Amino acid sequence: MKAGSNLEKILTGGRFAVTGELGPPKGADVAIIERKVKLLKGNVDAINVTDNQTAIVRMSSIAVSALLKQMGLEPTMQMVCRDRNRIAMQSDIFGAYALGIRNILCLSGDHQKFGNHPTAKNVFDLDSIQLIQTVKKMRDEHKVLSGDEIEGVPQMFIGAAANPFADPFEFRVIRLAKKAAAGVDFIQTQCIYDMDKFERFMQMVRERGLHEKIFILAGVTPLKSVGMARYMKEKVAGMEVPDEIINRMKAAGKEKAKEEGLKICVEQIQRLKTIPGVHGIHLMAIEWEEVVHEIIERAGLLPRPTV
Amino acid sequence: MIIADGKPVKEIMAMIVPYQKIVLAGCKGCVTVCSAGGEKEVGILASALHLARQAEGNPIEIKEISLERQCDTEYLEPLRRDIDGYQAVLSIACGAGVQFLAEKFRKHPILPGVNTTFIGVTEEQGVWTERCQSCGNCLLDQTGGICPIARCSKSLMNGPCGGSKAGKCEIDSQVDCGWQLIYDRLKDLGQLDKLEKVMPLKDWSKNRDGGPRKRVREDLKI
Repeated sequence: MKAGSNLEKILTGGRFAVTGELGPPKGADVAIIERKVKLLKGNVDAINVTDNQTAIVRMSSIAVSALLKQMGLEPTMQMVCRDRNRIAMQSDIFGAYALGIRNILCLSGDHQKFGNHPTAKNVFDLDSIQLIQTVKKMRDEHKVLSGDEIEGVPQMFIGAAANPFADPFEFRVIRLAKKAAAGVDFIQTQCIYDMDKFERFMQMVRERGLHEKIFILAGVTPLKSVGMARYMKEKVAGMEVPDEIINRMKAAGKEKAKEEGLKICVEQIQRLKTIPGVHGIHLMAIEWEEVVHEIIERAGLLPRPTV
Repeated sequence: MIIADGKPVKEIMAMIVPYQKIVLAGCKGCVTVCSAGGEKEVGILASALHLARQAEGNPIEIKEISLERQCDTEYLEPLRRDIDGYQAVLSIACGAGVQFLAEKFRKHPILPGVNTTFIGVTEEQGVWTERCQSCGNCLLDQTGGICPIARCSKSLMNGPCGGSKAGKCEIDSQVDCGWQLIYDRLKDLGQLDKLEKVMPLKDWSKNRDGGPRKRVREDLKI
């Protein structure tokens, strides 16, 4: 065991993992977190806490992760390279560990142009791969980047993201291999809608043997409406939504769109379970946490194992 | 070269409110090539300011001058000859030129007439694009001659990120993804293996992060 987190135990125990996601409030209201926690508790093995996603200012991921821990859930603290330099990030990793956080997800971060502070200065002192290296060095070599010894080692289970749908496609698996080489333990992918393309990606992953070195959790997001499907296809960078999905959502009509969205999501999970090298799913029901229980139940993934 | 972009006349008008006699100083270096601060732009800007001040009933006298370079002491002499008869200097050289004038002419306010934007190239007539961020630690040998620091919106060392789509950057569909350019170039060169290596943390101390930079060649000093 590297960190001994629930997520690590489930994955190393060969169980099919389920992780969820929680976007912190745009303010200091803990009640919003409590409401989401009620919907996620018991349905997932760990919860990603986003770090100012889409560059919109929210409660810090470290604080919300600590609150989740207090509420009896396991957080995976996301950390982006956009807002902090290597000094602040290493310091926050110490602090996160001291607060009981055992999973970290290392990300580059959305460009601030998308957010509510587009005139901000960005940092990007490190990139996501270098952040993986940093956490690994702290954990395994007991040193900070400068080489100084650490007083108390942060034993983190190290995660990162992969987007099989961004370009250049052929490079995506090389980038994943770099993350593996940098020392990542688990990967969560971007939302998958184009299953065939994801299968091709996984084929390349297996050819490199990466699925035996790292755990791969496939990302899924239920669609609420045909409008959402179109938005994902057209507006969200690095996302592919095949026409087949859009047509299904359209055919369902307004009344049954949500049910169709859930149905597609459950079907995707069933298929993902059969793909060699997929070790779990990462369910991102963003601002739609109400459906998490139903999706996981219908996908036959309840109850979640206690390890 | 250093690329600059003329400030809006309205902004310059606000800067020169207190003055009735100013020097408008162009530069024959980079800003001439990028059509922002050369002799021609001195003439155009002077006319615009004359007209605007006349319309306000507050005419202004403008001495037009174009220096060979504003970043070299030896070329500042023409300005030195005239400056005493004027209240301020409006420089349309890059930020280095403006500051050098401020250092050399300590009794006069020196005002910037352009925004200095980047180190770049003339991609086509009338189009300039960024190429270098003068990070002080060139790594172009590893990236096919395309700089990830300047051309990736996040300056990623191990890109491209998940926002690269059809060769474009997530921030704007008109902006090329720097890492797609690097990928394509290395592919053409048969050097894709270079991308398999994790690029180490960058030493930003050679960048501006290490404080104002200085280069000294003892052998050239007089």
